[in-house]
Amino acid sequence: MNTIALPKNGADTAAAPARPLATPRAATSEAPWVRRLLIGVALAFLTLFLFVPLVAVFFEAFKKGWDVYLAAIIEPDARSAIGLTLTAAAISVPLNLVFGISAAWAIAKFDFRGKNLLLTLIDLPFSVSPVIAGLIYVLVFGLQGWFGGWLQDHDLKVIFAVPGIVLATVFITFPFVARELIPLMQAQGQEQEEAARVLGASGWQMFWRVTLPNVKWALLYGVILCNARAMGEFGAVSVVSGHIRGQTNTMPLHIEILYNEYQFAAAFAVASLLALLALVTLGLKHFIEQRVKDQKRSVGDRAE
Amino acid sequence: MLLSRSLLKRHSVLPGFDLALGFALLYLSLIVLVPLSAAFLKTFTMTWAAFWDAVSSPRVLASYRLTFGASFAAAALNAVFGLIVAWVLVRYDFPFKRLIDALVDLPFALPTAVAGIALTAIYAENGWIGQWLPFKVSFTPVGVFVALVFIGVPFVVRTVQPVLEDVNRELEEAAATLGASRWQTFAKVILPIVLPALLTGFALAFARALGEYGSVIFIAGNMPMVSEITPLLIITKLEQYDIAGATAIAVVMLVISFVLLLLINSLQTWARKRQGGV
Repeated sequence: MNTIALPKNGADTAAAPARPLATPRAATSEAPWVRRLLIGVALAFLTLFLFVPLVAVFFEAFKKGWDVYLAAIIEPDARSAIGLTLTAAAISVPLNLVFGISAAWAIAKFDFRGKNLLLTLIDLPFSVSPVIAGLIYVLVFGLQGWFGGWLQDHDLKVIFAVPGIVLATVFITFPFVARELIPLMQAQGQEQEEAARVLGASGWQMFWRVTLPNVKWALLYGVILCNARAMGEFGAVSVVSGHIRGQTNTMPLHIEILYNEYQFAAAFAVASLLALLALVTLGLKHFIEQRVKDQKRSVGDRAE
Repeated sequence: MLLSRSLLKRHSVLPGFDLALGFALLYLSLIVLVPLSAAFLKTFTMTWAAFWDAVSSPRVLASYRLTFGASFAAAALNAVFGLIVAWVLVRYDFPFKRLIDALVDLPFALPTAVAGIALTAIYAENGWIGQWLPFKVSFTPVGVFVALVFIGVPFVVRTVQPVLEDVNRELEEAAATLGASRWQTFAKVILPIVLPALLTGFALAFARALGEYGSVIFIAGNMPMVSEITPLLIITKLEQYDIAGATAIAVVMLVISFVLLLLINSLQTWARKRQGGV
C-alpha cells in the first residue's frame, strides 16, 4: 500500500470540526449534503420497514397492561405452545448440528468426487418454500402418503402430531450449521489435524482437541441461527401441525390463532417473546461475528 | 470403506471420511431428497391434462402474477435501498451505526408470523404508518409487497456490504485525479465492481420472496384472484384434500426455485471472478 497520505484536516473537516470523518480524503468522499441525504434515506427506509414493526410488537403487547400480557403468556394453551416450540428446537438443532459437523468434516478435509453437487444439495432447503417443505412430508407420512397406511396400522401419527412438526423444522433449518462450518474448515486446512495424527492422537482425540476448538465460534453461530429459525418457523409447521390447540400448536401457530380470534393483545404478547428471542439472537450473532472475524484474520495471517 | 475407495481423489491420513460422508448422505437423503422426490413422483401419477388444469386455472395464474410481481418489485426496491444502506454503513459514520448494522439482520431472526402481524398493525388504515398514506396497504396486494420488502432487506445489504468494503480506494483516487466527478466515479468505477453482488442480492431476495408465506398471509387479506399468493393456494388446496392439485402447483414452484438457485450460483461464481480480477 503506497497511498499518498493527505493531511487529515482537509476541506471537509473544516465544515464539521467536531467529529473526525471516516474518510479523510476529500477527493474520494462526497459533499456533506450528499452524505446527510444518503444517511437520511437509509435510516428512513430501515425505520419504515424494520424498526417500526419491531417497536410495534412490544407496544401492542403491553397496550392493555401487564396483567393482560402476563395472562396471555401463562395461559395453558400458550404454555403448551411454548413447550412444543422448545421441544421442536431441542430435537432439530442437535440433529442438524451433528449433520453439519459430519458434512463439513467430509467436505472441508477431503477431496472427493461429487463435492460440488453435495454442496448444492445442502443448500437446497433454503430455496424451497416453507409451505412446500410441509407438503412433502404430508406426501410421505400423510394418510394418503407412502407410509400413511402402515403408520395407521401401527397406530402411529406423524402428520398432525409432534413428529411431523419436528421433521418440518429439521428440514427448514437443515443447512444452517453446515454452511457456517464448511467455509471456515476449508480455510483452516488439514495441517493441524494431520499433525495431531502424526503425534499419535486417536481420531476422536483429534476431533475433540483440535478440530472442535478451532471451529467453536462458527459452530455456535450456526447453532444460534438454526435455533432462531427453528423456534420461529411458521409455514412448514403450519402445514403439518393440524392446529390442535394445546397439543400441536407451536408459538407462531398460537399467535396466528389468537390473531384470527381478534385477541390482538394476547397475540402480540406471545409474539413479543419471539421478538425478544430474535433480539437476543442478533446480539449473540453480532458478538460471535467479531470472534469469527478475529479467527479468520488469524487463519489468514498464518496462511501468508 | 466403500465410500473412500470409490470417491476419494487422494489418500488422506485423516480418519472418519466414511463415517462423516456416510452419515451426511444418509441424513440428506432421508430429510431432504426422498421427501422432495415424493412431490415429483406424486405429479407423475396425474395425467398431463389434470396437471395442466391444476397449474393453469385462472385463480392459480392470478396467484403467480401476484407472487412474481410483488416479489420482483420488492426485490427491486431492496436492490436500490439496500445498496444505499450498505454504502452508508461502509462509508459513513453516524450515531448508533453498529446497532443499526446489527439490526439489518432482523428479518432473518424475527419469526415471519411476528413480522406479519406487526406489519399488518402498523400499515392498517388506523395504524402508525397506514393512517398517513393516501391508499390502503393492509389487506391489499400492496400489503404483500410491504411484507416481501421486509423479509428481503438483509439479502442485498449483506451481499453488497463486503464487496463495498473491499473496493480499492486507489481506483477512486485515480478516477478523481483524472477529473471524474464523484458521481462519475460511482457510476463508472464503483457500480461495476459491486454489480455482481447487487444482482446476487436481488436474486436471493427475489427467490426468498417467492416462497414466503408467514409474513404475507396476515397482511394480504387473501382474496382469491386479488391478493392470494401461490404458497397460500397450495395450503388451500391441501385443506380441501386436493393433494394432487397442491402438489402440482408445488412442483411448478420447486422447478422455478431450482432454476433460480442455479442462476444465483452462477452469479456468485461471476462475482468471485470479478472480485478476483479487480
